[in-house]
Amino acid sequence: MVSKNIKVVFALVLVATLLLTACAKGTSEPAANSEESEKFVFGMLLVGAYNDQGWNQAHYEAGLYVQDHIPGTEMIYIDKVNTADRPGTTPDQLAEELVAQGAKLIIFDSDDMKDGAHAFAAAHPDIPVIHASGDGAWVDGNAYQNLPNLANVMGRMEYGKEIAGCAAALSSTTGKIGYLGPLINEETRRLTASAYLGAKYCWENVAGKDPADLTFEVTWIGFWSNIPGVTLDPTQVADDFFNRGYDVVISGIDTTEALTEAQKYADEGNTVFAIPYDFKGGCGQTSGVCLGVPYYNWGPSYTSYVQSAIDGNFTPSWDYLAPNWEDLNNPDTSALGFVKGDALPEENGAKLDDFIAELAGGLNLWKGPLNLQDGTVFLAEGETATDYQVWYLPQLLEGMLGLSTAAE
Amino acid sequence: MAVKEKKIGFAKRLPSSAVFSIASTVGALLFTSFILWMAGAQPGLTFEKILAGAFGDSVKIANGLVVWVPLSLTAGALIITFTAGLWNLGIEGQIMLGAIAATGTLRVLQNSLLSPVLIILFACLMGMVGGALWAALTGILRLFGGVSEIFAGVGLNFVATALSLWLIFDPWKRPGVGSMSGTEPFDERLWLATIPGYRLSLWSLVLVVVVFIGLFILLKKTRFGIQIKAIGKNLEAARLMGIQTRKQMMAAMLLCGGLAGLAGALQVVAVYHRLIPSISSGYGFLAMLVAMLANNNLMLALLVAYLFAILNIGGIQLPIVLHLDSTLSGVLQTALVLFFLIMNGVKQHLTERKERNRHAE
Repeated sequence: MVSKNIKVVFALVLVATLLLTACAKGTSEPAANSEESEKFVFGMLLVGAYNDQGWNQAHYEAGLYVQDHIPGTEMIYIDKVNTADRPGTTPDQLAEELVAQGAKLIIFDSDDMKDGAHAFAAAHPDIPVIHASGDGAWVDGNAYQNLPNLANVMGRMEYGKEIAGCAAALSSTTGKIGYLGPLINEETRRLTASAYLGAKYCWENVAGKDPADLTFEVTWIGFWSNIPGVTLDPTQVADDFFNRGYDVVISGIDTTEALTEAQKYADEGNTVFAIPYDFKGGCGQTSGVCLGVPYYNWGPSYTSYVQSAIDGNFTPSWDYLAPNWEDLNNPDTSALGFVKGDALPEENGAKLDDFIAELAGGLNLWKGPLNLQDGTVFLAEGETATDYQVWYLPQLLEGMLGLSTAAE
Repeated sequence: MAVKEKKIGFAKRLPSSAVFSIASTVGALLFTSFILWMAGAQPGLTFEKILAGAFGDSVKIANGLVVWVPLSLTAGALIITFTAGLWNLGIEGQIMLGAIAATGTLRVLQNSLLSPVLIILFACLMGMVGGALWAALTGILRLFGGVSEIFAGVGLNFVATALSLWLIFDPWKRPGVGSMSGTEPFDERLWLATIPGYRLSLWSLVLVVVVFIGLFILLKKTRFGIQIKAIGKNLEAARLMGIQTRKQMMAAMLLCGGLAGLAGALQVVAVYHRLIPSISSGYGFLAMLVAMLANNNLMLALLVAYLFAILNIGGIQLPIVLHLDSTLSGVLQTALVLFFLIMNGVKQHLTERKERNRHAE
């Protein structure tokens, strides 16, 4: 019986292989001609789907931007680079797949790929590696690797979140702003705190309201998107905010539940708003609920890295890029931007422009006195936070509601 | 009378099992080709890329075997419980608990004076214990609480996932920060040795061979194997025959959990070298398809697991080269199972028809 069954499945495997081979015959790609072989191919590893309307799409479109701006370049990519979608693989292994297809520079788009990016860079010193959002190339950072082919890039999204917080404060009538947080780490803490600082500043100084009337609360769902049974359901969290009188929800996650739920509540006659994140087109097709979206624009920096690799003068760097204050939404010069949504009335839009102008003029909201959430002094009177202090923010700030660490 | 003879004649020409397998494979390929065609892709080119991605060079072949090892172990584990008639859907959680136990052991012993070999060995053993204990919970709920092992297992999978996330983001988090990339990687001396230039560990291959020889002996040559087969065929009859059904079913669960835990431990010591949120990589659910397609036959499970492994590894090429979603290779996997089950049904129907005709004769 055993040998009979072995024959059966062996036949199955054999037939599958033969058929796959037979199907393949005659459809081979033509051999690369000399023009193709001269192409500069760069590879990109995306942690989620390339068309997720969020973080990954912003990176994917930046790759297309590079292709458009440097003739002779070609992007190849693998998306959904995470262990749930790609069982048994590691980011460095997948990067090698890209190299096997001709990639001469690799972009890792997620903090989750930190180990893989470092391992790959160490094993392939001839391949320039860009790790977005990481700190392995930061000499003063906690994860410095001293690798000659590793660069990090991250936009100073703190500004984008401050603008988002300001838009929320200007639009809120209840003074209750919710923040749909992903997981708790240094990056998410500093971005959430930035949204709070922006909201607090505009509530007091632009809207002229009593700071005691402002409530800013974050609820962390546990991941960048919903995992049923594991994370909190972002739809439920957004609903909970709206049901408790919060009239603006700022999203820190990669998916659009805050916006979708705001639309649902607005359609029922409520005045509520949401602010998505990451991607320029984040407001999507909603109507009357989106106040705007802070977004990343990776294209110009990626173009610069690819060009330096082509020219043979790639050097390691940690690039923490500010927006172009002269032209915040310039696709060729600004590392991040803010697109106003259709729910932001003209008057508040003008006030927001004034706030942006103040930021451009040097307004720094990361200036003391600022206390951490537990009351300890973070910045003394007049003290300005260093990049290190902002990047590695240890807690939320005093005045914010919600958990600072998962341990609480 | 003529009609009757015609029926008998047809029955006599009942195709062999291999023909049904070929038919199911062709059906699965045609179905997948249709899906690819609908997606705007060339089926031939897509299949070629999958094959090239799996067999293009020795590194790719080795990468396929890296997937094959835990998938085979998990499929072998499931065959034990499936033989006993237990639908152990909690296998994912058992893999995770194995990984958690192995990680915990490595964390405790990493600074000890023990040799790395002993530490790795102990981590694998504790992984087996972790998986077995998690399976025992399902077994207790099933055998003493009257809770279906399906629901108990699925529920415990969620608990295991939450537990691993909590460990990664709180007590075992990286210095200063929790990260979805997992806990801090272990020192290289605590990695299971791999073949130079490859990610594949020869030790893990040897382990699969040893485990499957052991399973073959256990299931085919021992009283335990015969008894759980009897339980799987008819629980009540087995009980009337004097078999201690609860004891043997619990033993089946423990063995299954132990092997799943070993697969989880190998994910830690041989593949990821740390605990990550999706440490099971979905091998538990994939192994169910393997066991179904192999009809609970151990040797066949090894072959089918390899077929699934190469589809997984080969599928990576789809987004790179063809800009296709690589989950399309998963469509081929599930289509194979679906068409195999369909052809199995057809075969059974024809066999029954043949039997009826024989009796009529």
